[in-house]
Amino acid sequence: MSSGVWIAGGGVISGIGMNLSECITAFEKMQPGMQEMKYLESIHRKTYPVAEVKAGNDLLASIAAESIYWSRTALLSKIAAKEAWQNSGLSEISAYKVGFVSASTVGGMDRTEYFMEEYLHDNSRGRLRNAIYHDCGSITDLVAESLGIEDFISTISTACSSGANALMYASRLIQSKMLDVVIAGGADSLTRFTLNGFNALMILDQEPCKPFDENRKGLNLGEGAAYLVLVSDRLAEKLQPWCRLSGFANANDAFHQTASSPEGIGNFMAMKRALEKAGIKPEDIDYINLHGTGTANNDSSEAQAILNLFGNTPPPLSSTKSFTGHTLAASGALEAVFSAYAIKEGIIFPNAHFATPMSNFAISPVTSFLKGKNLEHVMSNSFGFGGNCSSLIFSKDY
Amino acid sequence: MYIQGIGIISPWSGQGSEPLIKEDHFAIIDPDYSQWIDLQQIRRMSRVIKMGVAAAHMSLSEANIEAPDAIITGTAYGCMADTGIFLQKMVTQKEEMLAPTAFIQSTHNTLGGQIALKLNCHGYNNTFVHGNTSFESALLDTQFYLAENPHSKVLTGSADEITTISHNILTRLRRYKKNSVNPSELLNTATIGSMGGEGTAFFVFQALKDNRSIAKLSGMEMIFRKLTPEESLNPILEFLKKNDILPAELSLLITGKNGDIRDDYQYDLAENSIFQNVPKAAFKHLCGEYPTSIAFGMGIASRAIQTGKLPSEMLYSGQPPKALNNILIWNAHTNMRHSLILLQKC
Repeated sequence: MSSGVWIAGGGVISGIGMNLSECITAFEKMQPGMQEMKYLESIHRKTYPVAEVKAGNDLLASIAAESIYWSRTALLSKIAAKEAWQNSGLSEISAYKVGFVSASTVGGMDRTEYFMEEYLHDNSRGRLRNAIYHDCGSITDLVAESLGIEDFISTISTACSSGANALMYASRLIQSKMLDVVIAGGADSLTRFTLNGFNALMILDQEPCKPFDENRKGLNLGEGAAYLVLVSDRLAEKLQPWCRLSGFANANDAFHQTASSPEGIGNFMAMKRALEKAGIKPEDIDYINLHGTGTANNDSSEAQAILNLFGNTPPPLSSTKSFTGHTLAASGALEAVFSAYAIKEGIIFPNAHFATPMSNFAISPVTSFLKGKNLEHVMSNSFGFGGNCSSLIFSKDY
Repeated sequence: MYIQGIGIISPWSGQGSEPLIKEDHFAIIDPDYSQWIDLQQIRRMSRVIKMGVAAAHMSLSEANIEAPDAIITGTAYGCMADTGIFLQKMVTQKEEMLAPTAFIQSTHNTLGGQIALKLNCHGYNNTFVHGNTSFESALLDTQFYLAENPHSKVLTGSADEITTISHNILTRLRRYKKNSVNPSELLNTATIGSMGGEGTAFFVFQALKDNRSIAKLSGMEMIFRKLTPEESLNPILEFLKKNDILPAELSLLITGKNGDIRDDYQYDLAENSIFQNVPKAAFKHLCGEYPTSIAFGMGIASRAIQTGKLPSEMLYSGQPPKALNNILIWNAHTNMRHSLILLQKC
């Protein structure tokens, strides 16, 4: 008896588009989302380009039909989750046993930052409405309640691999037959907290990032949210699912709190175990959506792990972070939506700003938008702080 | 699944002792961390990481294993102290001259990552951050993992710390009482707010029973639908039925009573009806209220099953149970959601 998990739909909001179709158009037109900061207030405005969602909180609140006092993370989350549901072909949420699993690293930090400015002058001050949604779980709860989801709710935070882990957990919730449908993905808004953290780590590029390029200088931060609607076999029969989530694995690099091991031990294990779970061989993969942050260390570890696993002729690959920036907990989810959609539409995404191959690795990303491809299996990689490495595989419907 | 090892670091050191109170909240009793962590690292690690790593080691050593196959963590607030430090410096230094250390240690998966690093464990590693069901989310993931990998051992635990800032804000939000009370009086205060607490508990789980098994985790359920006391009766009965237990067969009911009248009323109806003849115990007057405190409750309940002895401080209603075969832990959250855990003797 098969216990497949199918992708019924997906939604995205990111620095390259307010919805999935806008994002796909941006890839096609080669329009990355990095610009000078417009909505985030920071002294680094002129120094670091970021891929902001091109809307202020007032506009996001009106699209989401929610309060302007919501955290930007929650507003992004609701907009993308709603789009995902709407294009899944399912009827009302109340008609199914539905779960919501969301990933976040910052939660309501955007509002906590405002709170802290007042609080630090006087600890009896600071608007409490800016502090109550600080923790990641409360953002998930806000959105779940607003969507009317009450069968299952959870939140995952494993740094930059969070979104991928949310999809894994969601898959198990369906395979165990606890739920019929899970909306799973992640959301992170840009905050001064993360911008300054990555700045202190000295891994931000002052130019648009160049993943897998010899002259890469670091990453650009982005923001956004993305969700896939995962359904059981029983529901998939009545829908036109995009593809199947056929394999996934999570491994730990166990090397360093923030850096990746030179040979990409965790990356290699995650990809290898995901292939095993999907029951396919490396040569079956038709496209890899890279973690590809653009930092010297991340990209060389990932390249080494890919060459170790796929040999000298890896499949076509690219980093969509060269368009969306690094959206942290949302990145695994954004890239899962792009990967699943790639199978459905037969497309391969370009890697922007790529000019010079890395001298140590014979590996070059795809640099133009490719259409009319028959993709059977697509791999999506997400590797993060704390050694957390995850890999997902999406497969055509059989 | 079976509990093979338990490591707890909490404000309470066991039967006959008073919980540690610092100013107005429960505070963990620090063990000698040098047993598990070298001195240089002790100085560098933040408090929540230190306590979590230590509790993880304690549970592994009881289970007699060097490293698990998977590490699954639950934490509502993550590394609160480091988050606060970085945030404070960012605001006061106006985004300039910031060192990365606090930021690096502020991510929620720092604990899970540090344990993996220390044990050189390349296996499955996940961190759940869903408020007061963070630990339960991790337990469910553990069940999934063991169902797929029945010969594995999983290290699952939780950690949450209290800081000056978080305590101040949660007090302003009236989660904690303005005036602290004696812990032994906490459950009888009948006022608004509980008292803040903190702690960590780690467990080693496996799918099959052996002669090291401490207790069996027979069932766990999270109910996200908001339930009134009347509405909560049926789901609780169904949960017990699914596990082939009648309410009267329970040796003990452990509730999440915390001394906040806005929370504690949720237990009254069930206590006086379906659980009328079941002895009742509590644990939050020993560790304080914090989102992952149920892990502490589960730890001491498992130990009680293993030893057959219930610390007398825990019991608040009924006769001391003669045998401890089946224990239901029930946490009714402020938002009217519920968590249920069934532990059994094995």
